[in-house]
Formats: sequence, C-alpha cells, structure tokens
Amino acid sequence: MSTTAELLKGAAELFPDEVVTTAHVRHFDLPLGAGRFALITLDNGHDHKKPTTFGPQSLANLNTAIDQVEAEAANGDIVGVGITGKPFIFAVGADLKGVELLKRHEDALAIGKGGHEVFKRLSALAVPTFAYYNGAAMGGGVEVGLHCSYRTVSAAVPAFSLPEVFLGLVPGWGGCALLPNLIGADKAVSVIIENSLNQNRQLKGVQVYELGIADAIFEGADFLEQSLIWTASVLKGEIVVERPVIDRGEAWDQAVARGRFIADGKVHGAAPAAYRALDIIAAAKDGDLQAGYDAEDQALADLIMGGELRAGLYAFNLVQKRGKRPAGAPDKNLARPVTKVGVVGAGLMASQLALLFLRRLEVPVVLTDIDQERVDKGVGYVHAEIDKLLGKGRINQDKANRLKALVSGVLDKAEGFADADFVIEAVFEEIGVKQQVFAEVEAVAPAHAILATNTSSLSVSEMASKLKHPERVVGFHFFNPVAVLPLLEIVRGEKTDDASLATAFAVAKKLKKTAVLVKDAPAFVVNRILTRFMGEVQNVIDEGTPVAVAEKAVEPLGLPMSPLVLLELVGPAIGLHVSETLHGAFPDRFTVSENLRAVVKAGKRGFYVYDSGKPELDPEVAALLKQGDVVLTEEQVRARVLDAVAQEIGLMLDEGVVAEAQDIDLCLITGAGWPFHLGGITPYLDREGVSERVNGKRFLEPGVASVPA
Amino acid sequence: MPRTVRDVVFVDGVRTPFGKAGPKGIYHETRADDLVVKAIRELLRRNPGLDPKKVDEVAVAATTQIGDQGLTIGRTAGILAGLPTSVPGYSIDRMCAGALTAVTTVAGSVAFGAYDVAIAGGVEHMGRHPMGEGVDPNPRFVSEKLVDESALFMGMTAENLHDRYPTITKQRADEYAVRSQEKAAKAYADGKIQADLVPVSVRRTNPEGGETGWGLVTADEPMRPGTTLENLANLKTPFRVHGRVTAGNAAGLNDGATASLIASEDFARENNLPVKMRLVSYSFAGVEPEVMGYGPIPATEKALAQAGLSIEDIGLFEINEAFAVQVLAFLEHYGIADDDARVNQYGGAIAFGHPLASSGVRLMTQLARQFEDQPNVRYGLTTMCVGFGMGATVIWENPHFEGDK
Repeated sequence: MSTTAELLKGAAELFPDEVVTTAHVRHFDLPLGAGRFALITLDNGHDHKKPTTFGPQSLANLNTAIDQVEAEAANGDIVGVGITGKPFIFAVGADLKGVELLKRHEDALAIGKGGHEVFKRLSALAVPTFAYYNGAAMGGGVEVGLHCSYRTVSAAVPAFSLPEVFLGLVPGWGGCALLPNLIGADKAVSVIIENSLNQNRQLKGVQVYELGIADAIFEGADFLEQSLIWTASVLKGEIVVERPVIDRGEAWDQAVARGRFIADGKVHGAAPAAYRALDIIAAAKDGDLQAGYDAEDQALADLIMGGELRAGLYAFNLVQKRGKRPAGAPDKNLARPVTKVGVVGAGLMASQLALLFLRRLEVPVVLTDIDQERVDKGVGYVHAEIDKLLGKGRINQDKANRLKALVSGVLDKAEGFADADFVIEAVFEEIGVKQQVFAEVEAVAPAHAILATNTSSLSVSEMASKLKHPERVVGFHFFNPVAVLPLLEIVRGEKTDDASLATAFAVAKKLKKTAVLVKDAPAFVVNRILTRFMGEVQNVIDEGTPVAVAEKAVEPLGLPMSPLVLLELVGPAIGLHVSETLHGAFPDRFTVSENLRAVVKAGKRGFYVYDSGKPELDPEVAALLKQGDVVLTEEQVRARVLDAVAQEIGLMLDEGVVAEAQDIDLCLITGAGWPFHLGGITPYLDREGVSERVNGKRFLEPGVASVPA
Repeated sequence: MPRTVRDVVFVDGVRTPFGKAGPKGIYHETRADDLVVKAIRELLRRNPGLDPKKVDEVAVAATTQIGDQGLTIGRTAGILAGLPTSVPGYSIDRMCAGALTAVTTVAGSVAFGAYDVAIAGGVEHMGRHPMGEGVDPNPRFVSEKLVDESALFMGMTAENLHDRYPTITKQRADEYAVRSQEKAAKAYADGKIQADLVPVSVRRTNPEGGETGWGLVTADEPMRPGTTLENLANLKTPFRVHGRVTAGNAAGLNDGATASLIASEDFARENNLPVKMRLVSYSFAGVEPEVMGYGPIPATEKALAQAGLSIEDIGLFEINEAFAVQVLAFLEHYGIADDDARVNQYGGAIAFGHPLASSGVRLMTQLARQFEDQPNVRYGLTTMCVGFGMGATVIWENPHFEGDK
C-alpha cells in the first residue's frame, strides 16, 4: 500500500459515516479518431440533492482510479484522462462532517496531504488530463480540476466557488497555489477572498470561462459530448489552448494587497483564514507549486485545529439546518392557509411588509391607514418598488401586472380585512394604540385570522390581553432592511395557540425568512443583546473613554459596522426608545445614556459626519457629549462589553427566551449580520473564556463550535 | 388567392447512434427526449447559416407518446434544444413511419407556403417504452374479425408475408441479412455512416452493462459485422414453430433518434443551406394489418404514379429492413434481384437497428449521401412498412444529378 493510501486509510477510520464517492473509470473511443480515452466519473450514488463530496474514503477511491489510468497511460493504452461528475453536480469539496470530527493536528494535516497527494497525480500522468465541470463545483471539487491540464465548464453551472475562506479555511488542495498561477493573482483574489467574504458569492459557468479558469464553455444540453469532441481536437492538435501570460510583477503584490484590504474591511483581522490564504497566494508568485502545497497543508491543519473554523462550520449548520427547521415550532400540519393579507398602517415599514408578502405569497394584500393620502402613498410605494423590479428585469411585465393588481389600500378595515387570513400591524410603538388597532381588526376580520404584530419592544401578551381571542396573536418581528436581513423573530404570547403559531411559521417559510421561536420577553433577542452591547459601549464613552477607542475596541468581533454607525442606521431616537423600554424592564442592567438623550433632543440623526469620505465625530455631537474622567484601554472596554453581553445571554437562556444558545447565534447572524467566522457570539465568548468568567460555565459543550476534547 | 406549390428539399439529416433496447443497452439510462434533443442540436450546429428563429416547426414522431416521449415531444424537445420559445412544435405518430410522416407532413406545409423551414425527426426508446406499452385495442377488432389476431405482433405479420410469397424462404432471408451486415460494415469502414451521427454521452450506474460512469457513444450498438449464414441458421423462430423469421433476419428492439431539416428550395438557396435531396412525391397506403410488410408495394405504386415515374426510373432504394422478408417481397414484386446494387447500399435496419418512429430519417440521410456520391442517379426512394397494415414511400430527386453518362 502506498503512503497516500495508508494516510487515507487512517483518516477514513476516523470518519466511519462518510457518504462515499466512487470514482468510476470508463473507457471509450474519442470522436475524430483521436484515440482511446478514460473518463473518471465522481458519483456518490445519490441524486443531486446530496452533492458529491470528498471524504477520506472518497479520496482513496479516486486514488485507486488514478492507479488504474496511470498504468494505462504509461502503457500507451489511452491518449487522455477526463474527470466529471454525476448529473448536475461536479463535486462540492471536502466532506465537512469529517473535518468537524478531527481532534488532532496530525489528523488535520493528513487530510490536507491526502488531498494533495491524490490530486497531484492527475498532473503527473503520462497523458493530458481534462476536467469537465458539468455542474456545481466547490472547494476541493474546483481544485481537483485545477490539477488537470485542461478544463471545460458547462454554461449551466449554477454555482462554482472556493468557499473555504467563508467557512474559516483556505483552499488547501491546491487552490491557493494553482489558481493565481492559472488566472493571475488579482482574479484569484476575487475568487478566493472577495467572493468568499461577500456572503460566499458563487460564480456561474460563463464567469468561470471568462475568468480563464475553464479553457472552453459549452451549453448544458450536450456539454459532455461537446467537451469530448473538443478534447479530441486538443489531443489531435487541431485546437491549441492559449492562456494569457500571468503578470508576476507588481500586479501580483497589488492583488494581494487588495485582498488584505478586502479582508480588513470584512473581518478586521479577527478571522485568520483570509490572511492565511493571502500569504499562500503571495508566496505562489514564484510558481513553486510544491512549496504552495506545503503551505496549504500547514494552513489547513492550523485552521482545522483552531476555533474559527469550528465556529464557521457551526454557523453554517445553524443557517442551513436549524434555520430551516426552527426549534420549538409546532407541527406544520396545524398551519392554516393564508390567502389574503391585511396590513394595518401604510407607512414605510408597513409598505415594505406589504411588498414582501405580495412578492412571496402572491395573494391579495390590503393596506389600511387613517387617511386616504397615507393609503395612497403606501400603495404608491409598493407600485414603485414593483416598477423597479421590472426595470431591473427581476420580474416581467405579466408578473408586475399581477402583483400590482394584488395590492390595494382602503380606509375601512371592515372592507379590507373581512376575508383576510393574516393581518399584521406596523403602527406606532405604543401599547394603547396597538391594543386599539387589534380590537378594531378583531371586530371585522374572520374568526380564524392571525393577528400579527411587528412590535420590536412591546409585550405581545399584553397586546392580546383585551381581545376576545388572544390565542391568535403572534409577534412577527422583522429586521431592517426587511428585504435583506433573513431573521424573523416569531413571538409566542401567553395565550397563542399552536395553530396560530404553526401558521406564522408557515408564512415565515413562504417569506423565505429564517424564523426563530422567541418567548414574549422584553425586546426579544436581537434588540435586547444589541441594546445591552451598545449600552455598555455608550456607558464607557459617557464615563470618559474617547469615542474612537470605544469603537475600535469591539472591532475584533467582526461586526458589519461599528456600534455608533449601527445606532445611526437604527436612528438615535429609536435606539433611545428601546433602551428606555429595556431600562424599564431591567433597570439594573440597562441604562439610558444622557448623552444619547441629548443627541436625540438636539435632533441629530447620527454621531458622525462623512465630509472627508470617512466617518468623523460630528463637532456638534462632540459639543453635546458630557464625559466623565474614567479612560479605559481598548482591552478594558472589550472586556466590559463582552462581559455584559455574556451576562445578558446567560440570563436570557435562564429565562427561556429561546430554546438554546444556538438560537441566540442564529438570531445574531441572520438578524444583525454578526459574523459567521465567530459563529455569531457564543462560540467566541466560550473561546475567549468570557462565558466561564461571567457565568461560570460555557454556553456550548466542547466540540460544538470548537475542537472536540 | 392563387397559390403556387413550392419545391421542397431535404437540407440535412442526422441521428444518434442506435442502441440495443434493454438493461444492458447503451441508452438504458438515457432519456428519449434527450436523444432527440442531441440530434436537433447537431442539426443546427451543422447548419450555422440557419437562424434558429426562422424555424417554423418542430415535428417529432414517437410511437409510444408517454413519459419522456409524451408531453408533445416536438414542443418540449425544441425548448430543451435551445430553440427560441417562438418556434412551435408538435408530435406525430405513424408507428415505424413516424419520422417519415413528420418529413412529409412538414414538407406538405412547406409546399403549401405555411412554412419556410422545419425540423422533422423521430425518436423511439424501446427500452424505456417497449412495443405495446399501454395499448388498449378495441375488442371489436377481434370480435368482428376486423383484423387477424396476429396483426398486433409484427413478427407474426412477417411470417404471414412469407406465406404470401412462398418462394421467399428462410434461406433467402438469412442470405439477405448476412449481406446487410456486410454492407453496413463496409459503409462504416468507408466512413459513410459516422459523418451523420451525433455522439451521445451516456451514463451507466449498473455494472452488469459494463464499465460504470459517463461514456460516449459514437457508433451503432446493434451491428454484428462478420455474421455468417451458419450463425443465423439455428436461431430460434420465436413467432411460429418452424417459422422463418428470426432475430437474425429482422431488426432488433432499439433506442435512437433522428432529425432532419426540410425547407423550401428557395429558402435553402437564399440561406446558403445545402440541398441534399429534392422531394418528388410521397404516398401512404393501407393493406391488411396481418401482412403489414406488404405495405411498401402499394405505397410505392401510388408514389410512382403521382410522379409519373416507373420503377425503372429509380436508381437507389432505401428500404427499411424491419424484416428481410419485407424487403424481399418488395424486390420480388418489382422483379429486382435480392442483391441488386441499387438497394440498401449501406445495409439497413437488420444491422443498424430500427428504433421505430425514428427510422424514416435514417433512410433519407443515407440516400442523401448516396445521391452525393452517385451523380449519375436521378431518382431514389425511401420506403417502409408500418404497423397495422400500412406502407409509406417518398420519392426523391438527386440535386447533384449530372444527366445520364
């Protein structure tokens, strides 16, 4: 047995549940009399819903297939070797379930080496090798093709990426070393760094060709046939593949610098993967592939054994799995159909909700408000947004006509809601107003209609308390911008029944939102944590720490924006309102900043001015600030803020606001854009020892979002 | 409104390699619609001068129009092949003469002026859709003796045809079959067949059929080059005890698809499309269903009469070899020798296979190539027998004809 085979056998023993990919070898004569060809098909025996992956046994199978074609090539029995995938899937990379099980650095190293040792053989065969990217290709799937002499891609490929950096890894089976040497460092940085850090953006087949990753592109209908005819032409010398010369000068360094700038902007140095990948790209400038592979092995092993990857995989699983099967949701068969939606209020939020329901549910949506002008404005907003979609080509004229015909506005709730199955209110955040609105809706809406509230801070149970049928009231808390942020906090009031809750979850699914079941507790999840977090930042500023120090202190959390920029986005007045609400509920932990009060009172919309192109503290705001004389360091600020957050989350879990810490992280990732690579926040708090320090225990068991013990 | 009938031409034809139906066949895991899609795409690729938007119709024949051969396959195949949605399509069925009927039907529309250019072809995946799948014959056929019970079983109708022509013995049929295999092998060796085949990628997941994974089919699977009389002598006669029809002197059960471009001659010339054959006449005829193999004889009589030609004017014959006896009956009727050089020069369905509704265009594609090679020939015909007692004949003129030399 070769060392590679031994290496993989050892790895396979650690991962008995691998979904094994077979590497089928089939021989046939190429067209044009080009000779006998061996084609390897990667296939895990399942349909496209379970994409082909590379676990250790799968790699061993490919290794065995290469043993066979290597001998045939050496004997002159074949003129070339191809590799392709099962229908719709090429291969989507390493089996991450296996990676999660790894406990030792040496085992992690073996995974990297194992992949390299197998893939490298493709480029060392005595005949040319061809990868045919027939369908989705990611990570190791892309990389196995990079080791081939030539590549073709199907125009129908919907998703092609090196997503490792997104997850907290580096493309470690040749991606970092080979890709810049194939298409140049700048394009490689776009694929490896930029796309990964932009919510794992995927390339389509045509882009794969335009980037120069593939040498030829063919339509999906006869992709493999045309690829094989092209192969025959290449082998016969009738087609000569010409690739642009790579600029190995300054352009290479500039590309790496651009990558660092992108990484800094996204993770502020807080996640190592992008930087490790960039180091390898930088080193690949001299074209020494083996040195690149060795660096990839080391980076992979370090990252697999580091917390960030585990947190990244944890976050990935939260969004992909838990986000789709919400914890604690009732039996979905209890859900009632929703064939018409009412929206109380026609302001901006209400209009955005109307648009969302309209687009996703495609049922009649009726807006109401207190005067015709507001109603017209709300409907007008929806129409204008539909026209924008039409203008961008996102919908066609027929669809635009359909959607416009479905939205209407009336003054009379009885007329609008008499046959509505789901009525959501988005009126002023004041309990008396909301109770009044629901009482009016209950009087005219059908007995089965769900009454939903988009409140961000009021008690759902209290809102329902004066109704005849409080069991049909649910909280339906969206996040701004509604069209962008996936999270929907679904709040169960004291009397909410299962059927209403199930209907709410069914609607959330149709809205394509990530629904999390939340108890009726003050400010629910995201706003409570954000308010505690920002309150603590505000506190240290009020006590005397300079704004810039406080802001910089939390950069390692990798948040999408700094606390004060977020406050600006939310609106200082709303921020103040929420902090007052929470102060009312938990006066000992939630403070109300006098400085914030002053800023709101002065009518300021934010803390910064952007005249110079970057945020600078608004002198008018600076003049308003009354600070104490306690100046903390960044480390001290960070400790205080993290302690506060850890304490709050611990209390929320004790109160049963959500089922588990996982739901907190899911909320923060999907509702506040907290970073994947930290797994939201609790894996980070565990890793940094904050949880232990504040609560005396971890949030997550070792092995969940961390290297198993 | 005065109308002028327009000349109609066969621009080009292609086909997939034919496969053997069944679990070990090359197309066992390939959809029927995908087969015809690959043929249509190859046809368009070979004729880049044709703007796909200009295609007026896609007529695709299939005998069993269910599953992947259903859903109005002419329409679905057009969309799947990447034709603009503005190009319409329909399905057609005349069993074995499906593709031939697709050609004559669109040709009629071209002549009338309704179309300028159309795609006509056929497909039959007899592995996925065995003969007789889902049929429900009216019981009156039997109770009122409208047809003999053997009419639904093609092999039995072939035995019946042997009865009608007692001089056509099993020996003659076998000799004919051996020649068909020899001629087909020679045509392959001469490169006459491959040029009109589109390679098809095929997947195999069941190792019983051979190596698994994706493969590429570039040649007809049913071919049995080197077949001898001895090989055929002892084959079973499954349709009648001591009968004459065997698997060796009949076409098998096959999978495959064909596609052709039919256009007005003016359109073809204006668009710089090749003109491979010019349509002279076509005709269909019915006969007793229990001797369906007799069908080509009256169909040809009618087609010749329409064209004002006699059988002596025909220089090349492409006769579908559903059964050797059916070809031999035709030849005997017209007093043509069994081994006449004008008949099935490349061999026929006994060697290549006969995926029912697709075969008509294979005959035309082969005749077109023979026309090109033999400019001394002016007229040729394609003819085939059809289930339930029919025959179909198309007479073509060779545009390369250089006069009698």
